[in-house]
Amino acid sequence: MASPRPDQKNEPWKDTGAQPYVRLEKLTKKFGDFVAVDDVTLNIYRGEIFCLLGGSGSGKTTLLRMMAGFERPTEGRIWIDGVDVTGTPPYDRPVNMMFQSYALFPHMSVHKNVAFGLRQDKVGRREVDDRVAEILKLVRMEQFDKRMPHQLSGGQRQRVALARALIKRPKLLLLDEPLAALDKKLREHTQFELLNIQDRLGVTFVVVTHDQEEAMTLASRIGVMNHGEIVQIGTPTEIYEYPASRFVADFIGSVNLFQGRIVEDEPDYVRVASDDLGGTFHVGHGVSAAPDATVWVALRPEKILLGRDQPEGDADNRIEGVVAEVAYRGDQSIYLVKLASGRQMRVTQPNTLRQGDSDRIRWDDRVWLSWDASSPVVVTQ
Amino acid sequence: MSPLQPGGPRGKPFLLGELMAWIRAHGPWRWASRELRARGYSGRTLATAVPYLWLLLFFLVPFLIVLKISVSEIRLAMPPYEPLVTWISDNVVGLRFNFENYAFLLEDSLYWKSFLNSIATAAISTVICLLIGYPMAYGIARSPPGWRNLLLLLVMLPFWTSFLLRVYAWIGILKNNGVINNLLMALGIIDEPIVMLQTNFAMYIGIVYSYLPFMVLPLYTAVEKLDNSLLEAAADLGCRPVKAFFRITVPLTKAGIIAGCMLVFIPAVGEFVIPALLGGPDALMIGRVLWEEFFNNRDWPVASAVAIVMLFVLVIPIMIYQRSQGQQLGVHR
Repeated sequence: MASPRPDQKNEPWKDTGAQPYVRLEKLTKKFGDFVAVDDVTLNIYRGEIFCLLGGSGSGKTTLLRMMAGFERPTEGRIWIDGVDVTGTPPYDRPVNMMFQSYALFPHMSVHKNVAFGLRQDKVGRREVDDRVAEILKLVRMEQFDKRMPHQLSGGQRQRVALARALIKRPKLLLLDEPLAALDKKLREHTQFELLNIQDRLGVTFVVVTHDQEEAMTLASRIGVMNHGEIVQIGTPTEIYEYPASRFVADFIGSVNLFQGRIVEDEPDYVRVASDDLGGTFHVGHGVSAAPDATVWVALRPEKILLGRDQPEGDADNRIEGVVAEVAYRGDQSIYLVKLASGRQMRVTQPNTLRQGDSDRIRWDDRVWLSWDASSPVVVTQ
Repeated sequence: MSPLQPGGPRGKPFLLGELMAWIRAHGPWRWASRELRARGYSGRTLATAVPYLWLLLFFLVPFLIVLKISVSEIRLAMPPYEPLVTWISDNVVGLRFNFENYAFLLEDSLYWKSFLNSIATAAISTVICLLIGYPMAYGIARSPPGWRNLLLLLVMLPFWTSFLLRVYAWIGILKNNGVINNLLMALGIIDEPIVMLQTNFAMYIGIVYSYLPFMVLPLYTAVEKLDNSLLEAAADLGCRPVKAFFRITVPLTKAGIIAGCMLVFIPAVGEFVIPALLGGPDALMIGRVLWEEFFNNRDWPVASAVAIVMLFVLVIPIMIYQRSQGQQLGVHR
């Protein structure tokens, strides 16, 4: 299983003196009139797993392909380990890529596929064989080296593709949706294996994914992309707990968003009145927004407590409603609670007791929802 | 009493309608398709079986006729060969096989020389077609999708005119007072016309020109199927474009290369019209020899023997190829 990564402790992006390992400077890529990547500046540090997360058409793959050298940026520069590689063709870059389709050469055995990169560098046969054996062992494919790609399962192909991309010990490994073609169980397992391999080799990873769970598990930092721009960069925790915009809050996980207006603005707390909610949020952190400005309050479903009895304390941060839907998921249940304002609030509760319990909450029950003042997040855009 | 009584006594037209309905429900098509399906034949096998049977019939019957003539003796009559089966007496049937025609092919150097020459000419033409056709096919397959159909149409455009007409057009281009020579002389580049017509040069131009589409089309299909991310992966792993072409593109389009080469090589070996019209008198092509045996010498048995040998010369490499393909598929499975 994955050990805590050193970069998570070090957090080099917080050290203002640290040299970025990969630097993208004002990168723009246009296809005709369409702007695929729009003025992206990004620093990635050595040993990081940086995830580019976004929906389809957000420009994440184009950004990755520019790092690999398959697309020439319309504007901007790319630096890898202090060298400007903007005009360097892919075959001269110290970068390897694992393709979404894996792109294994169908006419070559596993061994030849993995050895291909070393063969281009005129490495001696003995060394090639040793290194292929070593890397195949790392991805636990050593007994398959004579197989052809079409004789392998999806998961096995994924490992071969990873081995082939790692064998040249690249400075930067780019992974395009590395786990998208695997089923859920295998995907989870492989995520941890990827972390393990990255930890052992210390290669810097840039991963493109549309799967937020994958990004959360793998990444040291996530860059959320939308319409060709990076809208927020941060650790998985920062992105999840402190989304900078409605888009990010909504894209990562599920969230209840309420439009409102700041009625009390203090340095250490704000109160937001929301007609949507039919009540007031007491938010336990200061907000930099103009008074009376329209804001949105984001509240994660798992941070809401659900109960039959009215909670103690003041009237903020609690509301009454009627259960409209219950979805039992095994480990947790999802409740949609209809508020007096007409809005529905999504609440998840872990099923800590077995469902034999006679007092469980059912459809049409009247319930009270409450949350801590530290839970809501105010976003202004 | 219901006025609608199916099967009841009716007028004649109704009887006919009923008969038609019965045939439609139980008729021979229904019956045949049910019987065939019960024996495990689907509509798809039938749809392919019919044209195959047709082809087999009209390949096999002429082949057997030619084979029969090739083992008979020449005679001055119509048809100009001895029959295979003769009635010797009332109860005795005589079968005469004469293999002298085949022996004659070996004795006279004209035949094996023209065989070798045909194969060499076809092989050279195939290589030239491949060298011209591959970049064309690659270019078409890698062009923007909107352009591809137009470019393919241009490749096929010559088929809209008669093959013979196009070969004649080359005579007009290549002859001593043809388009090229007139142009070069008008420009003052040459003083005397360059003799091009009735040379090997003209013959190769004719063959390559005529068979190029047969090379381009299967190559296009193969290149078009090639996944571009494989070339990107090769580049990513440090492989330069030229090397990637030989290590990735060529092996993965091998089927198209072989198909294209077969489609050019096989008809080019037996080509008669182009060597006759564009080639020189010394262009010994087997197709020409065949023609002369049939129509000038009226030696049908020898001509048939030439045709049979040519068929085997062409069929054997195809069979070897098919076999190796089959084995390769077996390994892949």
